[in-house]
Amino acid sequence: MNESQLILTIFAAIGLGTPLIFATVGEIITERAGILNLGVQGMMLVGAVAGFWATFKTGSLTLGVVVAVIAGAALSVIHAYASITLRVSQIVSGLALTLFGTGLASFLGRAGSEPLVGNPSRKVFEPLISGGIADWPLVGPLLLGHDILVYLAWVVAAGASYYLFRTRMGLSLRAVGEDPASAESAGVNVAWVRYAHVMAGGALAGLGGAYFSLALVPTWQDDPIGAAGWIAIALVILASWRPGRAVFAAYLFGAAERVQFTLQTIGEPWSNIPSTLLAMLPFLLAIIAMIVLTSGKRARFLGAPAALGIPYFREQR
Amino acid sequence: MADPASSDTLAVELRNVDKAFYGVKANDHVSFRLARGEVHALLGENGAGKSTLCSILAGLYRPDAGEMLFEGEPATFKSPKDALAAGVGMVYQHFRLVPNLTVAENFALGHPDIGLRIDQKELHRSAEELGEKYGLPVDPAARIWQLSVGEQQRVEILKLLYRNAKILILDEPTAVLTPQESQALFKTMRQMAQEGRSVIFVSHKLHEVKQVSDQVTVLRGGKTVGGVATADAEPKDLARMMVGRDLELPVRDAQTDYGPVVLSVDGIRVPGDRGLEAVRGVTFELRAGEVIGIAGVSGNGQRELAYGLVGLRTPTGGTVTLEGVDVTTSSVLDHIHKGFSYVPQNRLGMGLAPGLTTEENLALKAFRRHPFSKGRRLVASAFRDEGARQIEQYDIRGVRPGLPIRLLSGGNLQKALVAREVELEPKVLIARSPTRGLDVGATEAVRNQVLAQRSRGAGVLLISEDLDELLALADRILVLYEGEVVGEMPTEEATAERLGLLMAGQRDEARS
Repeated sequence: MNESQLILTIFAAIGLGTPLIFATVGEIITERAGILNLGVQGMMLVGAVAGFWATFKTGSLTLGVVVAVIAGAALSVIHAYASITLRVSQIVSGLALTLFGTGLASFLGRAGSEPLVGNPSRKVFEPLISGGIADWPLVGPLLLGHDILVYLAWVVAAGASYYLFRTRMGLSLRAVGEDPASAESAGVNVAWVRYAHVMAGGALAGLGGAYFSLALVPTWQDDPIGAAGWIAIALVILASWRPGRAVFAAYLFGAAERVQFTLQTIGEPWSNIPSTLLAMLPFLLAIIAMIVLTSGKRARFLGAPAALGIPYFREQR
Repeated sequence: MADPASSDTLAVELRNVDKAFYGVKANDHVSFRLARGEVHALLGENGAGKSTLCSILAGLYRPDAGEMLFEGEPATFKSPKDALAAGVGMVYQHFRLVPNLTVAENFALGHPDIGLRIDQKELHRSAEELGEKYGLPVDPAARIWQLSVGEQQRVEILKLLYRNAKILILDEPTAVLTPQESQALFKTMRQMAQEGRSVIFVSHKLHEVKQVSDQVTVLRGGKTVGGVATADAEPKDLARMMVGRDLELPVRDAQTDYGPVVLSVDGIRVPGDRGLEAVRGVTFELRAGEVIGIAGVSGNGQRELAYGLVGLRTPTGGTVTLEGVDVTTSSVLDHIHKGFSYVPQNRLGMGLAPGLTTEENLALKAFRRHPFSKGRRLVASAFRDEGARQIEQYDIRGVRPGLPIRLLSGGNLQKALVAREVELEPKVLIARSPTRGLDVGATEAVRNQVLAQRSRGAGVLLISEDLDELLALADRILVLYEGEVVGEMPTEEATAERLGLLMAGQRDEARS
């Protein structure tokens, strides 16, 4: 791999990592409230189709993003209602949400007299700056020359970090995820906090989905996001529930996604490896990272919210 | 003291409050009047409805019926948030502090006057100031899990004062304290009352109620039995109101002819949950027909000691010998077969399988053998017949065939657990807080079983935080502090004061 290939890989990794940042930070916020939402994949897909549809109809990327965010949040309400109000198993409800979202996205892409499927997007997110300083060596491809959502992802991660650790609401959020009974006794409305942050997670997952359909693969197809939703759930653990670390974890996986393509193009002996094997690379990386991170004494520093996945019932005794 | 009858000094009044859980009435037409500036004791057995009443006042439970008057005005609290806004705060028996947050963050949590952005410096400063004012020093930067139980209680009280609560409800606050720490708490309670705050003090210990309170309300079986000024009440009368009959709990006889040593523990070391050593070199010998009591404030290695002795956690040092056989690294099953019985503190979950039936639970340790098993097959009739016999013999009430055991009341759960363990005819019985949370009847039954094992010739290790129980049942008492035995004495030489000092970590001068 020569220098230009390396830079190309890094540039691509940032692009591929961006939707993962949105979805991972979203899931971190949700899990910090003590709710495990395995519906990320479904919410991302619905966000992807909703954003694509809105831009396709109106020609506005902004509107596409807004609709994707609303769609993701709306879908997450199903999980919030099931897990917070009805207190059903969060695993079952989350998985159901992914199945439902996958089917819904596929259906919406094919419904109507002029189905979306096979159509290219009317507009696509373009680099903010092109030419000029964006062509500077190294700095250009690494920091400049991305589209606006790449920078928004940095803002979202930094903002989420500040919110979690420096604000009153963030404190309530962490407390609800750690120990809802204590939080409630201190005057925090546990159900409200949980609903709000499940929806925030859904909104960010929707945004992540839209990044696929409006920037990475801007032609509607049935499965535009691969397994990004599942990767995001794994990244939450890799980032040990910290939004700042999610950025690095997401880019690492973006790089893994990209490297498989690079390996196929750089010639012998790498190109002899079947592409289907290389396609497993990110997942293999996920499994290895999980094993390394959760084994032995490291597990203690992971910091999973103590009440994650446990329904809260005030009058339980 | 304020006259409780005049309405302008009343802080809060409950009239005919009902509250049921799954059809069982925890509060049944309860009435309660609390004056400003008084320490008001709520006295009653476990299960009398004290905690339920407090939780209603604190907004945690909503009453099914009845009315609440707050400073003369009808009020309804939909949540603890409403109660806190009105100035009612509660220190729960199981503390409501978020373990991973700092002391200061717990103060700030849910506080209406904290800005959107949290000013850590300002928060730490005011937390420290408040601690100094009430003589309850705390480190605002410490995380809750790093604090001792006594310190956590201080944080809980300061948290309420930080909110300027006018009514403070303390649910059995002395249960986790040494006698000396309790005295310090009483001083703080009096100081708060002098400032015009009202303190509700929940307890079932008569001498504490007598010492610290102005007024007493007694609950029994979910009903208000009566309210009296503390000065006018004799402890004997309060006891009768509380229990409903004159009652003497069983006490051991002064037997002194013990058998040979059954269990010999030599310098045992057991790791705690966080990897640090929780038991640091404990040595003792338990003889047949002897009850050794292990005293200590919760969290000083009691749990790990029990785990280490029954094989649930492998000791990292020292030896455990049962009748001359080394069992230090034996498996749990080995321990059971060799004659260890264990009554854990956590009845439902560790002691019993909540979803299995009572009959299945009773056979949970013996099912591998005759008559419960024939080869690899279970014998249903043995479960049924043996179960029926034990349910009858140990007076386990409320059992319905085929239904999970978790539906039984706390007292009956414990009777079932103890029945299973003593049916094994153990050589060593290890019991942790076996009567905690039980009503008098069940306490009596469990104590009798412990003493019956002693008479049968088993060695009994009774690990308890209840000093009265240790003094009544144990022949010898060892005090555990930070994983070490800091004092040992025959029960005849033990007093609550002496044990209390040892539990607080002061070595016994007479012995060192």
